[in-house]
Amino acid sequence: MGSEFVQLSLTPLLIGIFASVACALPGNFLILRRQALIGDAISHVVLPGIVVAFLVTGVVAAIPMLIGAAGAAVVAVILIEAIKRLGRIEPGAAMGVTFTTLFAAGVLLLEQSDTSTVHLDVEHALMGNLESLIWFKAQGWHSLLDPVALAALPHELGRIAVVCAAMIVLTVIFWRWLKISTFDEGFAEALGLPTSAIGLGLVIAAAVAAVAAFDAVGSIIVIAMFICPPAAARLMTNQLKAQVLWSVVFAVLSAVLGYVFAGYGPLWFGGENAVSAAGMIAAVSGLILALACLFAPHRTRIGVAKEEATA
Amino acid sequence: MTSFVDALLLNAGYNAALVGIGAALLGFAAGASGTFLFLRKRALVSDAIAHATLPGVGLAFIVMVMLGGDGRNLLGLLAGSAITAWIGLLIVEWMARRTRLSEDAAIGAVLSVFFGAGIVLLTVIQTMSAGRQAGLESFLLGSTAGMLFQDAVIIAIGGTLAVLATWALRRPMTLVAFDPEYAAASGYDVRLIDLAMMGLVMAVTVIGLKVVGLILIVAMLIIPPVTARFWTERSNNLIWYAGILGAVSGYIGAAISAAAPAVPTGPIIVLVAAALFLFALLFAPARGVAAAVIRHRRFQKRVHRRQGLLALARSEPILDDLTLKVLRAEGLIRPDGVATDAGRAAAAKIARDEHRWDTAREMHQDAGLTGRYDGLTPIEQVFTPDEIAEFDRRIGGPKPVEGPG
Repeated sequence: MGSEFVQLSLTPLLIGIFASVACALPGNFLILRRQALIGDAISHVVLPGIVVAFLVTGVVAAIPMLIGAAGAAVVAVILIEAIKRLGRIEPGAAMGVTFTTLFAAGVLLLEQSDTSTVHLDVEHALMGNLESLIWFKAQGWHSLLDPVALAALPHELGRIAVVCAAMIVLTVIFWRWLKISTFDEGFAEALGLPTSAIGLGLVIAAAVAAVAAFDAVGSIIVIAMFICPPAAARLMTNQLKAQVLWSVVFAVLSAVLGYVFAGYGPLWFGGENAVSAAGMIAAVSGLILALACLFAPHRTRIGVAKEEATA
Repeated sequence: MTSFVDALLLNAGYNAALVGIGAALLGFAAGASGTFLFLRKRALVSDAIAHATLPGVGLAFIVMVMLGGDGRNLLGLLAGSAITAWIGLLIVEWMARRTRLSEDAAIGAVLSVFFGAGIVLLTVIQTMSAGRQAGLESFLLGSTAGMLFQDAVIIAIGGTLAVLATWALRRPMTLVAFDPEYAAASGYDVRLIDLAMMGLVMAVTVIGLKVVGLILIVAMLIIPPVTARFWTERSNNLIWYAGILGAVSGYIGAAISAAAPAVPTGPIIVLVAAALFLFALLFAPARGVAAAVIRHRRFQKRVHRRQGLLALARSEPILDDLTLKVLRAEGLIRPDGVATDAGRAAAAKIARDEHRWDTAREMHQDAGLTGRYDGLTPIEQVFTPDEIAEFDRRIGGPKPVEGPG
C-alpha cells in the first residue's frame, strides 16, 4: 500500500466515492418522490448534450460539455412535460419516448461526426474509464503535500469533488424545504414554499451530479448510485436524516468495495486482468440493496402483515 | 440514396431483404405488445428487462466457449439473455410487491445493477479470449451489418411467433390493462396474465437485441403505442396502429441502415419511430398540437362573436380588433363598424337568449339545467321549445336593435 497505491488507485477511488455520494444525495429525494427513473432518463440524455457541445466547440473540454449536458437535461425535462400535457400521456411513457429518442440522436451524431481523433465514444460514455484516471506524478503519500505533483492530478477529481461538496451544501441548506415538499406538497404550498421550483431544482441538481459523474465514471454508475444506495437506506430506517446518512455510507461502501473487487478480485480467482470498475461498483451497490431487501429492519410496506410480507 | 431505395424495395440482396422483413416483423410485435404495457402504465418495466439481458449474453458466451463451441452462436446468446431478463423481471416484481420500494425504484435498481454486472462480464470476456473479438458490443446498439443468414432467419421467425402470441393473448391482456379488478372477478389470473405480458415483452426484447440493441429496444416498445394513441381512442385499433407504426419504423430503419452499414441500426430505427411520433404529436386529429390550436382559435372566435353581438345589442362601441375582424368576416358589421341588418338580427337573438337564460334561472331551481349556462351553449340545446315559449311569454315581445339611424 505504498507509492503504487497512491499513483494508480487513490484518484480513481476518490473519484468513485465522490461520484457515488454526489449522485446518492439527490437520489434520496428522487426515490421518496417516486421520480427514481428521472436519474435514468438524465443519464441517457447527457450523451447528446455532450456530443453537441463537442460538435460546436470542436474540443473535448469540461466546461462546454457540462453546459451541453445540463442543457440537454433541461430540454429533456421540458419535452417530457410537453408530451405529458399535450398528448395526455402517462409520465413513464413520456419519459421513455424522450430519453430513448435523445439517446438515439446522440449516438447517431457521435457516429456521424469525426470523433476518431478524440476520446469520445458510446462505450466510454456508458462504462467510463475510472481505471485510467491515474496520478502519474505521484511517488507516494508525501506527494499529497507536493504542489507540483498535486497540479498533475486528473482534472476529473477536482471537478467531481467540487460537485460532491456542492451537493452536500445544497442538501444541508435546503434540508427543511426538501423535507416538507417531499413528504407533504400541499402543506409546503400552504406554507408558501415554491414547491415546483424545488422540484425543478432537485432535477437540475441531479442533472449536474449526473453530468459531473458521467464525465469521470460513465453513465452506468450514475444510474446505480441514484437509486441503489438511497433505496437500500430507505429500507433501513424511517428517519429521513438517518436515511440520507445510510445512503452516503452505502454509496461509499459500494465505491470502495466495487473498486477493490474490480482491481483485485480477478487476481484472487487466478485471473490476470482487472474487470470494469464502473460495472463492479454498480454490481456491489445492487448486492447491498439485495441484502437490504432481505434483512433490513424496515423492508416491508406499512400495512402488510409480517408473515404475508416474508412469505 | 439508390442503395436506400434498393433496400426499401428488397433489391439489396437476400440478407438485407430478410433483415428488413425481420425488422418489420419485430417492429410489429414490439409495437403491439408494447401497447399493453403502455395501457397498463408500466412502460418502463421494459427498460429493466432490456438492460437485464446483458449479463445473460455475457454468461452465455462464456459458457459456450467453455464448452468448446463458438461463443457467437446467436441462438445460444439469445437464450442466455432471456434467462437473465426473466430473472431481472421477477426481481422487479418481487421488490415492488414485497418491499416498500416503489416499482420505479425497483426498475432503476435492476436495470443499473444487471447492466453493471453485464459490463463486468464483457470486460472478463475481452481478457478471456485474448485477441479474438467477441463482438458482443453490437448487442448494445444493434447492428445488422454483416449479419449471418441464419441470424436473420432467427429474427424473422421470432418476430412472427411474437406477433402470433400477441394476437392470441390480446383479449385477456386488454382486459387486465383496463380493469384488473374486473378481470380478477371474471376468473382471470391477473398475475399470470401480467407475467405473460411481460414474457411477451421479454421475447420481443431478446429477438430485438441483434437489430435494435438492448439500450434502445425499449423505444420500440414505447414509442409506437404512444404514437398510435394520438390517432385512435379505441384499444382494438390501438394495437394494430402501434404494430403498423412499429413495422414501418423497423422496415425503413433497416433499409437506411443497409445503405449506411457503418451506423448502428438501433438509433436509426428509433429515430424513424420518433419522427412518426413527432408527426402525430403535431398533426394528429383531436389530440395533436395543430388540432388543439385550431380548437382554441374556434373557441376564441365564438367568444369574440358573442361579446361583439352583445355590445351591438347594447349599442356599445366595439374596440377589440379581433372582435371587429370576426364580426366583419361574417358580414355582421360594415367595414366602418356599423351593424348590418344580419348583425342586428343576430345581436337581437343573442340579447334575447341572454334574457331567456335570466328568466330560466328565476323559474328553474334545477342547477343541472341552468348551470349549463356558459355564454356559448345555445339555449335551444338545453330547454325544449315549450319551455322557451314560456320564457318568451314572461319576457314579452322581441325588441329590435337600434339601427344606424
